[in-house]
Amino acid sequence: MPGLTSPVDCLHLTIEIGGMPIRVNTTDADFLGMLQNRYAGFVGSSEHATVEFDVDLVTPGFVDPDADVRVTQRAGKWALERGDFRAEWEPARSTGTIRQSANPYSIDAVLRIVHTLVLAQEGGFLMHAASAIRNGKAFLFAGVSGAGKTTISRLAPSDATLLTDEISYIRKEVRKDVRKDLQFARQDARTQHTGYVAHGTPFTGELAKLGENVSAPISALYLLAQGPENRIDPVAPGPAVRELLANVLFFAEDQELVRQAFHAACEFVSRVPVSRLTFIPDARVWEMIG
Amino acid sequence: MTRLYVARNTRVAARNLDGEMMIMSGKDSTLFTLNKTATIIWQAADGATPLDEIVERRICPEYRVEPAAALQDAETLARELAAHGILDVSEAPIISINSQPANSQTASPPTGESR
Repeated sequence: MPGLTSPVDCLHLTIEIGGMPIRVNTTDADFLGMLQNRYAGFVGSSEHATVEFDVDLVTPGFVDPDADVRVTQRAGKWALERGDFRAEWEPARSTGTIRQSANPYSIDAVLRIVHTLVLAQEGGFLMHAASAIRNGKAFLFAGVSGAGKTTISRLAPSDATLLTDEISYIRKEVRKDVRKDLQFARQDARTQHTGYVAHGTPFTGELAKLGENVSAPISALYLLAQGPENRIDPVAPGPAVRELLANVLFFAEDQELVRQAFHAACEFVSRVPVSRLTFIPDARVWEMIG
Repeated sequence: MTRLYVARNTRVAARNLDGEMMIMSGKDSTLFTLNKTATIIWQAADGATPLDEIVERRICPEYRVEPAAALQDAETLARELAAHGILDVSEAPIISINSQPANSQTASPPTGESR
């Protein structure tokens, strides 16, 4: 019997950051357009999303600007909350919902949280760091607000590709070696951790410029400090882990994830050289990098 | 004399980095770096070996100190670590935990904090 219901167009978009496709479903064409614009360069075409979110748009209400993010897990389901959104995500089903008003900031926060949770499972993380590729190698520049992430990004030479001026995306590089044993006609698949890779992100800081959606093996992590001269000093593993952890994005109140983050930081420091980069804010600092 | 037994708390994560023992509390994400003496106690804290034995066998030979004075310091240190949730301290042997080696990635150490 026609006329009682009308079909609702379901629109979707796949946002692919760090090689991880997340599909967003919405019925609002304007919101979809806003996302396409916000994540330009990171819109993917993958059919197989790591997570699929249905977005339920609501009328904007009062939002406490000081509200903290709360991320909890119960019965295999994650609950993500802040003053401006409520989201749920069930990893086993690869599905979730986001309830928010039509703005790009709420979903951006959800995406960051989901990426941190997924990355934690595989030894990766997001961190407060600018990053760039030069001569095929990625360099990370970590520091709290005001440490110089935006400055070092702005000073980057033309042969450097900016991955982000604010939030760096770090994944463990795992290579699967398949060895064929002809005598017994069998294959042995072994995974081997070969290093870390930095990916571009659309998460911007003061520069307000999206990173390039490319990746490269990480060659060094620099802890930023501004000073009277340009110099690089190695940092011992202990302090390096401490400073790295201070810059890792972490939201969940979950003991297992805390352990994973700790071990991920230790593993990273054991494989990637960590140094303190003291610099004066001019382009000559880049002569020491790459 | 009451003997004290110490065991590594399983709710913390530990890692030996270049000779430096780092420990993170799973409860509140506090990060600790153990000094050398604390590291010795941490590594030997299997729940079954009394603290005085740890001191006599591991600490006294290392630092050439009198057992009584070393034990007093070790007890103070062990109770500090316990207050941070890094060690469990008991007057009876502590069983059913710490089947893992002290340098493993799971177990679950004192100065400074971050995050």
